[in-house]
Amino acid sequence: MSVARFWRKIPQRYNMIGTKCETCHRHFFPPRSFCPDCRRNGRIVDHKFAGFGTIITYTVIHTANEQFEAFTPYVLAIVKLDEGPRMTAQVVCRPDEVKIGMRVKSVFRRIATDGESGIIHYGTKFVPTG
Amino acid sequence: MKSTMVADPLRLFDCSPITDGAAAVIVAPLDRAREFTDTPIKVLASAQASDTITLHDRRDISTLDATVAAGQKAFRMAKLTHKDIDMVEVHDCFSIAEICAIEDLGFCRKGTAGKFTADGETALGGKIPVNTSGGLKACGHPVGATGIKQVYEIVKQIRNDAGKRQIDGADIGMTHNVGGTGATAVVHILRRA
Ligand SMILES: [Zn+2]
Repeated sequence: MSVARFWRKIPQRYNMIGTKCETCHRHFFPPRSFCPDCRRNGRIVDHKFAGFGTIITYTVIHTANEQFEAFTPYVLAIVKLDEGPRMTAQVVCRPDEVKIGMRVKSVFRRIATDGESGIIHYGTKFVPTG
Repeated sequence: MKSTMVADPLRLFDCSPITDGAAAVIVAPLDRAREFTDTPIKVLASAQASDTITLHDRRDISTLDATVAAGQKAFRMAKLTHKDIDMVEVHDCFSIAEICAIEDLGFCRKGTAGKFTADGETALGGKIPVNTSGGLKACGHPVGATGIKQVYEIVKQIRNDAGKRQIDGADIGMTHNVGGTGATAVVHILRRA
C-alpha cells in the first residue's frame, strides 16, 4: 500500500474524525479509544467534527524549517474547536488579519512537501469564517 | 532586539541555540562524600512534575504547571521558601521562558517578572541572581547536558569559585530544568554540606 493510500485510512488525517464519550459528552481529537474521566464507564463512539472553532492564541512564523519555508510568513494558531478539543494548525490569512477570538473553519490543504519529487502532505488548516 | 524574527514576537536572540556540550556531576552518599572532595554539596531537594505533552492542551500558556508543582514540592522537601534561595539557574530556552519560570517558581507574582528583570533584580547584586552561567541562551543548550550544567554553575557559586560572576555569600542555590516544552520540569535545591 502506498504511503498516501495508507494515510487515507487514518480517520483523523484527511477527515476530522475523532471520538466522543457518550457518558460525559467529552470530545476527543485526535481520537481516543478510552475516556480518561469516565474510565470503565465511558462509551466511546466516532464523531465527525464540524470544523468550526475560535483562535485561542497564535504566532506568525518568519523563520521555518525547509518543509514550511515556502509558506513564510504564516500564521500558526491554537484553535479551540466548538466541540471542545484544541488543535495547533496553520491559519490561511494575512498575518495582520489574525486576532485572538477570531472564528475559523477547517479546510483541506497542502501542508508540506518532501523536497522536489517527494510525497505531498495534505491535512487540516483553518480559514477565517468572516 | 533587532535580530531576525523567528516566531513573532520571538527573535533570533530570544531563542537558545541547540549546541554540542557535556557536563557531569559525581553523586555520592553524604557520609562518604568527603572521600571524594573537601567541599561536598548537599542535595536538599530533587523534585519532578509532569504535564500534557501538547502545548494546546495546557490549562494556561503563560504558566508551566509542571514548574509550579516541581518548585512547590522542592521547597517542601528542603523546608525552605523562595526567600532562602541565593541564586537560581532557570530553563531559559526562550527569553519568555525565563520570565515565566521566575514567576512559576515563586520569586515574583504572575505578570511582574519582566519589570523585575528589567530593574536588574535578577542580575549579579540583585535580589535573586538568575542564570549567572548565561543560561541556555548565552551559554548554549546541549539539551541533555543542560540540567547538569545548571548544577555545575550552582556548585561553582557555592564553592566561591565562579570568578567574575561570583555572587557574594552564595549559600543555597536552585536549578530548574524543563523537557518537552513543559511536559516535564525538574527542580533541585543545593547547599554547602
Ligand atoms: Zn466520559
